[in-house]
Amino acid sequence: MNLLSDTVSLSRMQFALTAIFHMLWPVLSTGLAIYLVIVEAIWLKTRNPDYYYHARFWSKLYVLNFGIGVATGIPMEFQFGTNWAPFSEAVGNFFGSIIGFEASWAFMLEAAFLGIMIFGWNRVNPIIHFIATILVATGANLSTFWILTANSWMQTPAGGELVNGIFIVRDYFEAIFNPFMAVSVTHMFLGTLETSLFVIGGISAWYIFNQRNPAFFAKAFKLVLIVAIIVAPLQIYVGHLSGEQVLYRQPTKLAAMESQWETIPAGQAADWSLIAWPNEKAEKNDWEITIPNGLGYILELKKELSAPVLGLKEFPPENRPSLIPLIYYSFRTMVGIGFFLAGLMGITVIQWLRGKLSQDTINQQKWLMAGWIFAAPLGYIAVESGWIVRCVGRQPWIVYNQIRTVDAASNLPPGDVLVSLIGFASVYTLLFFTALYFGSRIIRRGPRFDLPIPGEEKPAVDTSPAKFVPDERPVEAQQ
Amino acid sequence: METLSYFLPQVWFGILALFLFLYVMLDGFDLGVGILSLTASDEERRGLLMTSLSNVWDANETWLVLMGGGLFGAFPLAYGTILNALYIPITMMLFGLIFRAVAFEFREQARRKFFWNFAFGAGSFTAALGQGFALGAVLKGIQVDDAGHFIGTTWDWLNLQSVLVALTLIQGYVLIGSTYLVWKTEGELQKTHVKTAKISAWTTLIGAILITITTPIFYVATRTRLFDKPFIYIFALIPILGILLITLLLKSLNKGEERTPFVWTILLFLLTFIGLALVVFPYIIPVKITIYEAAADPSALVFMLIFTGTLIPVMIFYNIYQYFVFRGKVSGESYGE
Ligand code: HDD
Ligand code: HEM
Ligand code: HEM
Repeated sequence: MNLLSDTVSLSRMQFALTAIFHMLWPVLSTGLAIYLVIVEAIWLKTRNPDYYYHARFWSKLYVLNFGIGVATGIPMEFQFGTNWAPFSEAVGNFFGSIIGFEASWAFMLEAAFLGIMIFGWNRVNPIIHFIATILVATGANLSTFWILTANSWMQTPAGGELVNGIFIVRDYFEAIFNPFMAVSVTHMFLGTLETSLFVIGGISAWYIFNQRNPAFFAKAFKLVLIVAIIVAPLQIYVGHLSGEQVLYRQPTKLAAMESQWETIPAGQAADWSLIAWPNEKAEKNDWEITIPNGLGYILELKKELSAPVLGLKEFPPENRPSLIPLIYYSFRTMVGIGFFLAGLMGITVIQWLRGKLSQDTINQQKWLMAGWIFAAPLGYIAVESGWIVRCVGRQPWIVYNQIRTVDAASNLPPGDVLVSLIGFASVYTLLFFTALYFGSRIIRRGPRFDLPIPGEEKPAVDTSPAKFVPDERPVEAQQ
Repeated sequence: METLSYFLPQVWFGILALFLFLYVMLDGFDLGVGILSLTASDEERRGLLMTSLSNVWDANETWLVLMGGGLFGAFPLAYGTILNALYIPITMMLFGLIFRAVAFEFREQARRKFFWNFAFGAGSFTAALGQGFALGAVLKGIQVDDAGHFIGTTWDWLNLQSVLVALTLIQGYVLIGSTYLVWKTEGELQKTHVKTAKISAWTTLIGAILITITTPIFYVATRTRLFDKPFIYIFALIPILGILLITLLLKSLNKGEERTPFVWTILLFLLTFIGLALVVFPYIIPVKITIYEAAADPSALVFMLIFTGTLIPVMIFYNIYQYFVFRGKVSGESYGE
């Protein structure tokens, strides 16, 4: 089968590309929004101007990121109809409704209050501004909630059944609270938060490393560290729960994540494969390094398992995922990053307890800061890897065990999809590098400390909302 | 149960029509300003045009997302079939929207603004063009089999009629964009857009007349609908009201009023919209699949009514609040801080 002349493959590639690219931006929109709420709350409580400047500085990165999130989100929504019409028709009753809720609960809330959060500092009073910031954060996190609910339902469709190819819902709440929902929403929520924490921490570390406003950025750094003490270990635990639910509900995916070809019977010691080379043709691993009894301890805290772990060979080839090496290594990448970030947090806390992170000693911690700078992009890689495990591991099903991906694609001429795929690939490449370029420029410029603080002394702009903001254009333009 | 399976799809048809109308009105002026930015004489003016949208463009665009999500949930068959049939115009719109959305921030950051100015203007234009083609194609009707699945070809949407609809829609967007600018700006810039408003009022009128004449000639289905008994009176009324509104609009522009032109334009949009909705109803894929056939399960419609329907007043409220916070003339060409 030639990939480039097969509509289903092309649509899959296009969905994968656009989803992977879209995913880069909401991560920060949801996590950073929570951080913005925290710094603004501290500012309102202490009136320490540093926190106000933190809010202003990070919200600049926030809008840059947000715009691209919106721009790449809209193609996601329309693709369900354009490229996956039979899927849309089959699951509209539930999945479509949820996509609708995402827009009405989350996007509109976020969009309506973002303007006030970014441009409204001098137009509304600080409390209203604070409420707007909270609402933006709420909106962003609600969109994670709804989209993960929808996606979890694709993994473990509950609450109804297929009747003549259309999913009829018996119980909407059972469908919303499907078996994967709670853990997946939590894991994703923590994922966005953890990624954002290490991005903020990494950027702050860069300033500290380069001796630019180290005292100012040490504040952000410590704030982030405090939250990370909870988030980083918790994420490993919730990741473990994700793995467990996959074991019970999607045995084909688990076998692919572990590249487990043969079944491990109950009552036998189970090793955990640390690194291996899966050979799909021969249906075995060419070579493998295992941790003896590892899997037994991960799953049940003892050597022998009480239930068997099914191997890939238990399933006919048309019912199990392909691309085993991709799934296997994506999973290990995510887990590795999870432990690395938690370890980095641990070392930093130890240094803090030893008093090495005080105002005047923090910039001597060159290695530690370098570690944080290195960690800044890792969260993104973990999130993307996690999604590859989840979506590629679900194959060949689009709705697990119910609808096959091949039956779900629109009947389009491959040429059309090829052209749009190339279009997305080139536009997204351009956007990616432009965003990096402008983002790093905002960072290189650093925060502005000359902005007027609302409600203090004489503000530069008239704050009474009843009057217009004075015309600040050059005289020529005013005439 | 019988009545429910009629009533619920009608309610959802109404809600989606509301979302679509709000979208066309709000993102209409947004895209219109974008298209107008292609003609702006200098960097400062372009800056002002973009500032006038900086806090609202995202919320405006969200009505489209809401429309899409609502259609997906309430009429899944129509969502799949229409978007499948309109692959090319929809993709065109998506690329247009991507470029114009990112241009807001990128232009602000860029030292050499030329590329992002162009991305903003051309993106707005392309998005409007794609929407126009899509509208034209839906009005013309999409080829489907008895189950409602698309069986046409990918270029079906392109024909004289849809070109006419697309060009007219662009004129309409430019008109509402101009009147928005008349309201939000002052001085020379305002004068320029009084001019563009007048010109686009005329071009929109011409387009509307051409569409009104050609549609019944080319499309049998619309023709029978237009001359159906109760409808003929309404359809006779629409052009009369339309001409009246355009007259009022031109008058208010000549008098130098600032807000009324925008209001007249909105009413003009509303009138056109009601006309189109009446031509289409009760079909959702004209003229083959009715809203009753395409509707989701009644339970889904109720479910959505509870979770989305009840939020409509709330959403409208915070949109209005936002316009209230940012009321007054636009000033300052920078909006980054
Ligand atoms: C910062 C991000 C991050 C980190 C550090 C981790 N994960 Fe993760 N993981 C995600 C971010 C993520 C994610 C992107 O958010 C996914 C994709 C879909 C989802 O619900 O969460 C995910 C999915 C995901 C899945 C697939 C669930 C499915 O297919 O249904 C498993 C089994 C794990 N994770 C397990 C782990 C383990 C054992 C980790 C421990 C070290 C871990 N994750 C760290
Ligand atoms: C949460 C919302 C999401 C939904 C509803 C969703 C749904 C889908 C759908 C409909 C497909 C195409 C059909 C298929 O190949 O099975 C798909 C494939 C895919 N998605 Fe997801 N997706 C979501 C999020 C993501 C994210 C965030 C990523 C990546 C970061 C991702 C990665 C992929 C990949 C790699 C494929 C291709 C799998 C393959 O064809 O082998 N998805 N997903
Ligand atoms: C795990 C996957 C996803 C998460 C966590 C997520 C989250 C978000 C968030 C937080 C935003 C707000 C924009 C921003 O802050 O950057 C956003 C934008 C958007 N997303 Fe996603 N999304 C995901 C996948 C998808 C998928 C599969 C779709 C397709 C239906 C989608 C559709 C959209 C749309 C239409 C927007 C634009 C919203 C607007 O107009 O404000 N997203 N997404």
